[in-house]
Amino acid sequence: MATATPDAPPLAPAPAKKPPRRRGRWTPYWLLLPGLLWLFVFFALPMVYQASTSVQTGSLEEGYKVTWHFATYWDALSEYWPQFLRSVLYAGAATILCLVLGYPLAYLIAFRAGRWRNLIMILVIAPFFTSFLIRTLAWKTILADGGPVVGALNSLHVLDVTSWLGITAGDRVLATPLAVVCGLTYNFLPFMILPLYTSLERIDGRLHEAAGDLYARPFTTFRKVTFPLSMPGVVSGTLLTFIPASGDYVNADLLGSTDTRMIGNVIQTQFLRILDYPTAAALSFILMAAILIMVTLYIRKSGTEDLV
Amino acid sequence: MTSTDTDHGGDVRLSGISKAYGTFTAVHPLDLTIPQGSFFALLGASGCGKTTTLRMIAGLEEPSAGTVYLGEQEVTHLAPYKRPVNTVFQSYALFPHLDIFENVAFGLRRRGIKSVKKQVDDMLDLVQLGEQARKKPHQLSGGQQQRVAVARALINTPKVLLLDEPLGALDLKLRRQMQLELKRIQTEVGITFVHVTHDQEEAMTMADTVAVMNAGRVEQLGSPADLYENPQTTFVANFLGTSNLIEAEVDAKSGDEIVLKAGGGKLLLPEARCSAPTRTGGKVLVGVRPEKISLTHAADAGDIPAGRNRITGKIADTSFIGVSTQYVIDSPVCPEFEVYVQNIDRDARLTPGAEVVLHWNPAHTFGLDADQDIDAGVGSVDEEAAA
Repeated sequence: MATATPDAPPLAPAPAKKPPRRRGRWTPYWLLLPGLLWLFVFFALPMVYQASTSVQTGSLEEGYKVTWHFATYWDALSEYWPQFLRSVLYAGAATILCLVLGYPLAYLIAFRAGRWRNLIMILVIAPFFTSFLIRTLAWKTILADGGPVVGALNSLHVLDVTSWLGITAGDRVLATPLAVVCGLTYNFLPFMILPLYTSLERIDGRLHEAAGDLYARPFTTFRKVTFPLSMPGVVSGTLLTFIPASGDYVNADLLGSTDTRMIGNVIQTQFLRILDYPTAAALSFILMAAILIMVTLYIRKSGTEDLV
Repeated sequence: MTSTDTDHGGDVRLSGISKAYGTFTAVHPLDLTIPQGSFFALLGASGCGKTTTLRMIAGLEEPSAGTVYLGEQEVTHLAPYKRPVNTVFQSYALFPHLDIFENVAFGLRRRGIKSVKKQVDDMLDLVQLGEQARKKPHQLSGGQQQRVAVARALINTPKVLLLDEPLGALDLKLRRQMQLELKRIQTEVGITFVHVTHDQEEAMTMADTVAVMNAGRVEQLGSPADLYENPQTTFVANFLGTSNLIEAEVDAKSGDEIVLKAGGGKLLLPEARCSAPTRTGGKVLVGVRPEKISLTHAADAGDIPAGRNRITGKIADTSFIGVSTQYVIDSPVCPEFEVYVQNIDRDARLTPGAEVVLHWNPAHTFGLDADQDIDAGVGSVDEEAAA
């Protein structure tokens, strides 16, 4: 073995081969592209445009110019803070109502519906087959003065209580805060039920058995196991309900009165009737900022970052 | 341990319990007594009713008929949370939103015990997880999760601990380790363990008493050695280890032994080891375990001592597995006769095709009723291995 082998070919360095090109390295970016383009054209650009509008001054006849007039924000807020407050209250009330109505239903679909599960799911989504506007108009008929619903509530003296609370007026339900909150609740209920159902359905049924096996009564099992595990659904459901409800104007417009105007109604009027674009834009930004702050605080507080 | 235990007030007694789902009967009426403090295994292939039986003891399933007693207390229709019984679930079912400490403390807290710290710490030490107390279940390995599940159940000092295939998700090495661990814990705490498994080796390693279940019925009940040496049915003979079964005809009785005709030869079977009725001319299945058999090349047949059962055949296949060599013998009385020979002095002539004589001490022979499926329990082992 020690003898040299002189006739062995010298070890020539192998020709430097290019490492084979990894295919598909750019695929994630290509997949992102349509979404990013869409976001840029229909979100980022309008945002910039709105932001610039909100700091313009001028008039419709003479045209608007960017003058960095930030006072518009302050003026808008001090004039329309009652509508802001009302929006938050109505949307908050509707969100809580949605949660109270939606949770038992989502629970039933996830754990007890058996073969009826799909049918109930279809029924939950069915209202979406007609337009938002038609559904809201239907509530106008349902809550009509002297109609069966109002009549029944009246004879049960429910309206006495709600009048005393200040959410209805006399014999009327229509054109009161109650009507607007009812409309909001109805229209956004599926947005609550679907995420709740999704997170409940993901819970392993054996966890219920384990809790029962470890001396938890059915209600304790719910409190200590089911509900904490459904928090991701509760959080996304309440966000999906609260955020659009707080900017909504259709329900307040169709079911409410001038006393139930929400911030969405103000923005709509400013943009389309009064044509005061800077104020409308400023209000939109204030609403967005307010929602962002509330949502951030809410997610922090519910401590579900690691569950979602 | 059970022999010195005179207090039978904590026995689990199942009296005529059965469970039917529609037309399918998962468990046929079943009587079973599980002595207090014992390590009891329910062994069977999947779908044999062992888990259903366990769940009826836990209260997670209500029996269609019959009664369940825990000691003196009848618990047949008692809700699970009212029973002094805890379960280690197949997939552990740890609460993902609670840390290890809170998982283990869950049962104590539900019973209104306020100061749980010491008990939980002690229990976590017992299962060697003291360091992991503040981790979430998903941060632990499979073996650690398994130990949390055991700790979470054991801390409540139940009358009975039910284990539903608790080691099924672990790899082989870890499973062996956990078998010994569980056995150690059981000896230490002295609580009755009822262990459901499809792994016959696991059942035999751990349990004092094994009940072999098949198609919703208990086939046989006994200590692991007893079940292995004296199977009463072909299912048990084939499901627990491997058995060579030969169809034979009763020829005569001489003293304590039965003389049988199989193929051209005669076989001896101790009468005490025959669970089947024997009348002259009747059929019996003769069984012998593969490791009881000696293998001699046909040329040396003269050296075999007299009085041993003999069979002739040809080696069809051999496989060397280290401590032993497994031979498959093609014999006129049994087409696939299995023989395990320890690798002490290997005979180089024993290769496929060689003519051999198989012989064994007649005392190792057992007899079974011939009116059974000779292959019962064979397939179910393979199914489980493939699963």
